[in-house]
Amino acid sequence: MSGLYRIAGKGRLTPAKTVAFSFDGKSYTGLEGDTLASALLANGIVLTARSFKYHRPRGTMTEGSEEPNSMVGVHRDTARQQPNVRATMQEIYDGFQAVSQNRWPSLSFDIGSINSLLSPLFVAGFYYKTFMWPRVAWEKIYEPKIRAAAGLGLSPTEQDPDHYANKFAYADLVVVGGGPAGLSAALAAAKQGVSVIVCDENAEFGGALLYENDVEIDGKSGYDWAKDIESQLAAMDNVTILPRTTAFGYYAHNMIGLCERITDHLAVPDADSPRERLWQIRAKKVIIAQGAIERHLVFANNDRPGIMMASAARSYLNKYGVAVGSKIGVYTACDSAYAAAFDLKEAGVDIPVIVDSRPDVDPMLLERARELDLTVQTGHSVIDTTGKLRISGIKVAKNGQMANTKYDVDALLISGGWTPSLHLYSQSRAKPVWDGEVKRFLPENPVQDQVSVGACAGTDDLSEVISDAQSAALAAAKSLGVKKPKKVSAPTEINSLYGHSGDHIGSSHGAGADDAVKAFVDYQHDVVANDIRLAVREGMRSIEHVKRFTTTGMATDQGKTSNLHGLAIAADGLGKEIPQVGLTTFRSPFTPVSFGTIVNHGAGDLFDPVRRTPMHDWAVAQGAVFEDVGQWKRGWYFPQAGEDMHASVNRECKTVRESAGVFDASTLGKIEVVGPDAAKFLDIIYTNAWSTLKVGRCRYGIMTHEDGFIFDDGVVGRLAEDRFHVTTTTGGAAGVLNHMEDYLQTEFPELDVWLTSVSEQWGVIAVQGPKARDIIAPLVEGIDLSTESMPHMSVREGTICGVPTRLFRMSFTGEMGYEINVPADYAESVLEAVWANAQKYGACAYGTEAMHVLRAEKGYIIVGQETDGSITPHDAGLSWAVSKKKTDFVGIRGLMRDDLVAEGRKQLVGLKTKDPKVVLEEGAQIVADPNQPIPMKMLGHVTSSYWSENCGHSIALAIVEGGRSKMGDALYVPMIDRTIEVEVVDTVFVDQDGGRLNG
Amino acid sequence: MLYIRCPYCEEYRPEIEFRHAGEAHIVRPTNMAEISADEMEEFLFIRENKRGIIFERWRHIHGCGRFFNCVRDAVTDQIIMTYKSGEPKPSDAEIEKAILALKEEQA
Amino acid sequence: MRKYSIFALAREAMRQHKGWEEQWGSPEPKSSYDVIIIGAGGHGLGTAYYLAKEHGIRNIAVLEKSWLGGGNTGRNTTVIRSNYLYDESAGLYNHALNMWDNLSQDINYNVMYSARGVMMVAHNVHDVQVLKRHVHANRLNGVQNEWLSPQEAKEFCPPLNISKSCRYPIMGAALQRKGGTARHDAVAWGYARAASDLGVDIIQNCEVTGIRRAADGSVAGVETGKGFIGAKKVGVVAAGNTSHIMQMADVRMPLESFPLQALVSEPLKPIFPCVVMSNSVHTYISQSDKGELVIGAGTDQYTSYAPNGSLHITNHNLEAICELFPIFSRVKMMRTWAGTVDVTPDRSPILAKTPVKGLYVNCGWGTGGFKATPGSAHVFAHTIANDAPHKINEFFTLERFKTGRLVDESAAAAVAH
Repeated sequence: MSGLYRIAGKGRLTPAKTVAFSFDGKSYTGLEGDTLASALLANGIVLTARSFKYHRPRGTMTEGSEEPNSMVGVHRDTARQQPNVRATMQEIYDGFQAVSQNRWPSLSFDIGSINSLLSPLFVAGFYYKTFMWPRVAWEKIYEPKIRAAAGLGLSPTEQDPDHYANKFAYADLVVVGGGPAGLSAALAAAKQGVSVIVCDENAEFGGALLYENDVEIDGKSGYDWAKDIESQLAAMDNVTILPRTTAFGYYAHNMIGLCERITDHLAVPDADSPRERLWQIRAKKVIIAQGAIERHLVFANNDRPGIMMASAARSYLNKYGVAVGSKIGVYTACDSAYAAAFDLKEAGVDIPVIVDSRPDVDPMLLERARELDLTVQTGHSVIDTTGKLRISGIKVAKNGQMANTKYDVDALLISGGWTPSLHLYSQSRAKPVWDGEVKRFLPENPVQDQVSVGACAGTDDLSEVISDAQSAALAAAKSLGVKKPKKVSAPTEINSLYGHSGDHIGSSHGAGADDAVKAFVDYQHDVVANDIRLAVREGMRSIEHVKRFTTTGMATDQGKTSNLHGLAIAADGLGKEIPQVGLTTFRSPFTPVSFGTIVNHGAGDLFDPVRRTPMHDWAVAQGAVFEDVGQWKRGWYFPQAGEDMHASVNRECKTVRESAGVFDASTLGKIEVVGPDAAKFLDIIYTNAWSTLKVGRCRYGIMTHEDGFIFDDGVVGRLAEDRFHVTTTTGGAAGVLNHMEDYLQTEFPELDVWLTSVSEQWGVIAVQGPKARDIIAPLVEGIDLSTESMPHMSVREGTICGVPTRLFRMSFTGEMGYEINVPADYAESVLEAVWANAQKYGACAYGTEAMHVLRAEKGYIIVGQETDGSITPHDAGLSWAVSKKKTDFVGIRGLMRDDLVAEGRKQLVGLKTKDPKVVLEEGAQIVADPNQPIPMKMLGHVTSSYWSENCGHSIALAIVEGGRSKMGDALYVPMIDRTIEVEVVDTVFVDQDGGRLNG
Repeated sequence: MLYIRCPYCEEYRPEIEFRHAGEAHIVRPTNMAEISADEMEEFLFIRENKRGIIFERWRHIHGCGRFFNCVRDAVTDQIIMTYKSGEPKPSDAEIEKAILALKEEQA
Repeated sequence: MRKYSIFALAREAMRQHKGWEEQWGSPEPKSSYDVIIIGAGGHGLGTAYYLAKEHGIRNIAVLEKSWLGGGNTGRNTTVIRSNYLYDESAGLYNHALNMWDNLSQDINYNVMYSARGVMMVAHNVHDVQVLKRHVHANRLNGVQNEWLSPQEAKEFCPPLNISKSCRYPIMGAALQRKGGTARHDAVAWGYARAASDLGVDIIQNCEVTGIRRAADGSVAGVETGKGFIGAKKVGVVAAGNTSHIMQMADVRMPLESFPLQALVSEPLKPIFPCVVMSNSVHTYISQSDKGELVIGAGTDQYTSYAPNGSLHITNHNLEAICELFPIFSRVKMMRTWAGTVDVTPDRSPILAKTPVKGLYVNCGWGTGGFKATPGSAHVFAHTIANDAPHKINEFFTLERFKTGRLVDESAAAAVAH
């Protein structure tokens, strides 16, 4: 048994395949192919949700993605808990579990419905007018209450175990929508040989033909005709068919975003299958065939469970074999609702009355109603409904009168006509055009390479829909360069009994400005007609103001059923025509899309690539603790047994100065600058001069932007007259190359220079310390390592361990040292050899922290730590590296600007704490008078600060206003709990004369 | 995500292959050290930022690596043409012609 | 103006709310005004309000090309904080923060300022150095900001992922407890109502097409879609369109306009108690009173006046969100939108006189202007009324781009607004 309301012989689901599912913990049986909505209706369950603000009982209104009411939580397991799922779009499977939302303690008894009693207070925008006294109460009392009452579903609380996929695709044509228009367009285009992607948000293609069983095309049922086209498309290599796939976004330059739902409808998904797939398609042409959405009618208490769109009820009957009630009233302003009434009546359901607000109705419909013995009340309206958790009756009055007749019903079908779906059209930045005759906004003025066909273009007649779609497809093919299009035949005979004529926009009889009733416009946000009138009364004249003030159209359904009603009521209040008030812009996504789908592969391990140096494994073997520096993992310190970070760093620092240390410097950026004009080019890029650098020597260089502020630094070696090996900071590598390319390509294209990034080609082993030469000497061939032959700041090419090397004698520690560049593939094996020798001398492996301490002991800056984009080379004490002879370099004019040459700029200095044991905090601020009141005058801040085991006291570098003129002065670092006295000192703490470098 | 034609590769590629590089046709003075404070401000900071047809630079950073120029309507984001660095700034007439050609292509 | 209160609400409830007045008028423009403000966003409307309230100037018009509050005021993610590094910025933003405290009461409109706390998380040693520099500088400037350990950060914001094994583990956070959010529309509407009550004409759908100058070069008025309107002083508060407007007075600006996107999730029951920002992974997030997660990041890379934005920006943004808060992977994005933000070279605003006498400009707020709204409006009103800046905005000049005296928060902090 799959529900009492399932009608034998109706619908297209297989009765044999039943599935067990539960809703709010209670078990039911449904059929395979059911949505949660159809399965619940089959079981006679109409109460599915509580509304957002008033917590009113609500039931399913629609049969599609426009559903405003039936939002549920779907629980597959504890981690897979999905809030805010539309029951109308969620297919059930065996074991499927759903729960209702926004209610406590239960759906049928919800304490929150007390809000409904207070609703006279809770009108649109009420919160702007109150909750202001006392001042603190907003945050402490009112806001938490409002927050607790608002919101819909519950957030998941566990990590998402599912994964998601992404596909970038290119297509000649993307067709959005798989109804008669979309299918016809896709087939017509596909026959011309162009590549086509066609998608539909539903599980099945066919659109309205899935339930309009009065349609016959060339002797086939509409359904069979659609299935036939679908199978033709499926057989074509140039066509991709995507069911359960929503076109959610239309972006610049004809890019369409699709979300393909892959596993949410499966009882046992393949563990390897992604849950959803994002498609990012660049389309040459787009045909939008999104169809139209049926509107409700705005009358008193039009939201009771059991009230739904007429087309939805017809669909539940003809697709799922479900009668949405046993005594069903109809209230319409549109012909299409009659079809629902007739189908239900023919299926044996009692239809007590059809109320049509139009005085004149197509005689054919009235005739058919008489044949079926149905009562039709034309020129009448439903002015109210009764019932608590389900509608129990309607009050029907003649238009303009309030005297009414009551009818008992357990469901009410409503139709206010059809709204062309302009979502994607609007997202493409095109403006909807109002057609006053048909009272519709139409997609008549596309701005991207796109065309709309079918119901979304306002076309109701099926033969016209099909021929328009085919013409659009042929026009697209032609414009794509198809010279001789193949003939596409249109159906010769199309019969359909019922049309879609008739509209009502705005409030209906009994819900006028003077009627104190709840006539819902936007169900999901509980916006009633009077809220919109209130907004107008309060001076909201733009529809955007009305929207924001009342929140109409801002719920998860983006007002798919409500926008036009809201607009009409606002226009009426303003005494303006609808187009004068204007339509709000639709925003992506068409329906909500999981974050996970947008993120797809960029989660977890693939969030951001990890960069490891070619010697990473060696560092791991040495027990390194790593730090993140940009995308790189760098060895931070190398603790030995029992050592904490502090002990490890102290040992590393001491060992380097006493013996030697080995350090992986591979992350430094490396750029090879080659060509006859290489030196000339570097003269432009760096503040210092390079033409004067001799082959075989290297030099420390500073780079500024045109503004004169330090941007990068590094050592550059001249390997030949026309060849330089440039190093950059780890983080700056890509930026420096881009900067160099920019100047080379666009400002100095006449220079004959080539730039090549070689950062990943060279592994770099730094060996630093008095024993450095002894350690590497046995391994090096073809290079005389003596200071006479290879002094500090020189570079040689030779071999080490038989591997070609660019050997730099340079130092970032103040010790004599080398940086051995070897091809990355050999780096680890060379390092092993170096390390074996190093250990003989008691050398250590050291990490970035020790490197930082050692360089700070020497007063060497780190760009990004001592500098911050507002520091000039002069500020940093590097005036010696700014050429006074060059007539041009990047930054030369920037450095001359008034403020950059002003007195009292912040300058780099050293700091010593009065208590040598106290280590300052990096980022701490420096003042002259610690007793001044707040706000204090700050002179600068501590940029680097460490315990120096070598000095036996703490050391710090700082940027201080007029710092170099304050040598010896006492300054203060105020902390939360104490003030630390410091003395301004030189930046060099170790080996001031630099003798050790030449050792 | 824009769809941009690299004039060196002569191919359309998605924006994620490119890096925007600011306003085009800002000429770096050859007498850089001698320009006035006003000229320096103009060069460094003042930008057209036009609400209309703009000239901008892009770099095909994940492709050929070349910098090139682009004419784009900053109101619609429609790209009207791209051309190589060093080529002259297109005239109004050339831009109008290119806009017309684009319209025809779409029709 | 009829005062808003719970009593007024109750009284109106008894007569179907038929007695509410228009919140602001919709007058036709007069032939001239003492001051014209171009741009009816929060900053512009607030400027008009403070000019009227504190400087006794009542003959004011605010001209808006579209609908009031429809630019960046109505499109931002409403983050409020003042923990900026430099004295100049801290002074300006803290002035604003202090004004948020009483803004609802001052303008009798609940702007729903919610001091939920703004937490900026550090993912590496560099982040720690930068954020601590802020914490220390803020403390000595009298700006509340404090340092939290990862555990403390997690306690303050339970959904935060502080696992050591994630790609960029959290090493600590700077928390400004007074930071938070407010309701953006209410700020525009509240100022509009209060200004309108003081006699300010708010003229919507009135695009400025030219700025007319007198013979001596000073401002004489503006050409608009509704004809010429005379003015002694004109304040330009046009956000992304500032370059365009200033060009009408031949003033060329150090500005570029970029699309800035934001998004909200579907509404959820309360799950996220504060605002979290991460510079290293580039995102920020809070939860609105309605239950939506409100999420933003940086701008698109290219300048544009098309308020669109690209899917790959959303992709990067949500990658960061799911990295920091993996529980949100199954939450759905409900709506995306974009605004056009005007960005200065130093990412600090310009609130200043211009080379044209009688013309003032308030612009360059980039991605972070909402938080400054009351403070910015307040000192800009002072600047216009006195033809001289308030002490608080005297650094935010146009001249700084000539002298190099920048207030470079972005270079110093590399923190998004």
